[in-house]
Amino acid sequence: MTFITLSLTLIFVLIPIVLSKTLKLGLEKDTTIATLRSIIQLLAVGYVLKFVFDAESFIYILLMISLMILTATLNARKKGKAIKGITWKIAVTFMIVEAVTEGILLGFEIVPATAQFIIPISGMLIGNSMVLSILFLNRFTAEIEASRDQIELILSLGGTPKQAIHRQLKSAIRASMIPTIESQKTIGLVQLPGMMSGQIIGGADPVQAVQFQLLIVFALLTTAALSSILVGFLSYPTLFNERMQLLKNSLLK
Amino acid sequence: MNQTNTAAIRFDKVCYEVDQMSILYNISGSIYEEKITTLIGPSGAGKSTLLKMCNGLISPTSGEILVDEESIDLIEPTKLRKDIGIVLQNAPIIRGTVFENIALPFTLQQKKLTEKEAILFLEAAGLDHTFLYRRAEDLSGGQKQKVSIARSIVNKPKILLLDEITSALDPTSSHEIEQLISKINRESKVTIIWITHNIEQAKRVGDYTWIMMDGQLIESGESGLLDTTRNEQVKQFANRVYKK
Repeated sequence: MTFITLSLTLIFVLIPIVLSKTLKLGLEKDTTIATLRSIIQLLAVGYVLKFVFDAESFIYILLMISLMILTATLNARKKGKAIKGITWKIAVTFMIVEAVTEGILLGFEIVPATAQFIIPISGMLIGNSMVLSILFLNRFTAEIEASRDQIELILSLGGTPKQAIHRQLKSAIRASMIPTIESQKTIGLVQLPGMMSGQIIGGADPVQAVQFQLLIVFALLTTAALSSILVGFLSYPTLFNERMQLLKNSLLK
Repeated sequence: MNQTNTAAIRFDKVCYEVDQMSILYNISGSIYEEKITTLIGPSGAGKSTLLKMCNGLISPTSGEILVDEESIDLIEPTKLRKDIGIVLQNAPIIRGTVFENIALPFTLQQKKLTEKEAILFLEAAGLDHTFLYRRAEDLSGGQKQKVSIARSIVNKPKILLLDEITSALDPTSSHEIEQLISKINRESKVTIIWITHNIEQAKRVGDYTWIMMDGQLIESGESGLLDTTRNEQVKQFANRVYKK
């Protein structure tokens, strides 16, 4: 595809801008900013990736992954800013998720240890881990606020913080994992996953594209489980003090 | 006040602040063993906060609470909460059957409560065995409160804290619960602190009463003081409550 043909796709940006203006939706500015950001960010990433792939240096790969973890952490922590030390808890979670999944993929030589494989796969897994952490934190904080009396009840009867928060923790872990599991049930039937479509459009063998997609789908399950469980188990102790009391201002309302 | 009584709980200059706002100020006094002490006062007086402190759900900002003359801070929280039971306002229940609710204190300690034991606690709280496997959410307010009381005595507490347990109930259920608590106090020698808005109830069930306003203990003594008080604030509060 040439840049001239690519510029023709801006028609797809003009349509929502015109509709927004006609119907007074007030989304013209946001649509324009989003378009500009996506052009700049993706082009920049494209050139950075080209440089990293050509350099074939492990340090650049590590730098790229660190940058992904940093950006994902800064984004996800907003949802849990009331939880003490949430930034490092999320960062540790992403690092463990990355280490476990890439460790398995590279350790068993499922994919070659090159930037071309490590970076896109890490991006998908860390991105998914970020979404999962946000989903988990949203649900977890809402659950706690809605059931403070239940938590206090269990504490008042001599239960430990872990026992008091168990139901809310379990419910938030389940709720955040369900979309990943559900979307896998209809995968390929309703929509073709982005990576697979990209490979097919790029001229790859559809069966090989499916194989890579399956690899990602399976890895996403581990990512989903690890992300919500790790964030959950790292977060809940900070909601209580050493006298096993639920802290009053532990969560923002 | 009878000086031969032993203090089950003693408050020594207890203060509690949240965001630099004083909720409790300089509370000192004793709750006597095996007696029923009622806590009365308008909403926002700090009664529930004081009660939660006795169960260790909140700690004072300054001052000290002593249980059997031992500082509450030195007692392991789970042990403290087993020894000092609390029936919270609105009787929160867990999803599940009445049996699961009553067995909860044992479940938390990885112990098993037998069906027979559960029925005994249920009967002690004024409900018969037919309630055992009913869904707790489906019960009426009064029945939930009784389940809540049954659950709070499973740990066989030495002290029981009651937070407005009859305020949402009809007069009949309210009267039943009064009798039930008096029985638990009499037969099991359980010390009771009971928050109530109802002055008549305080006079009926209480041996002693504490009157709280704006986070302070205004007056305390035998329950008769509610009729004999010379404190203007207390008189005004009593008149307001009676007029309602």
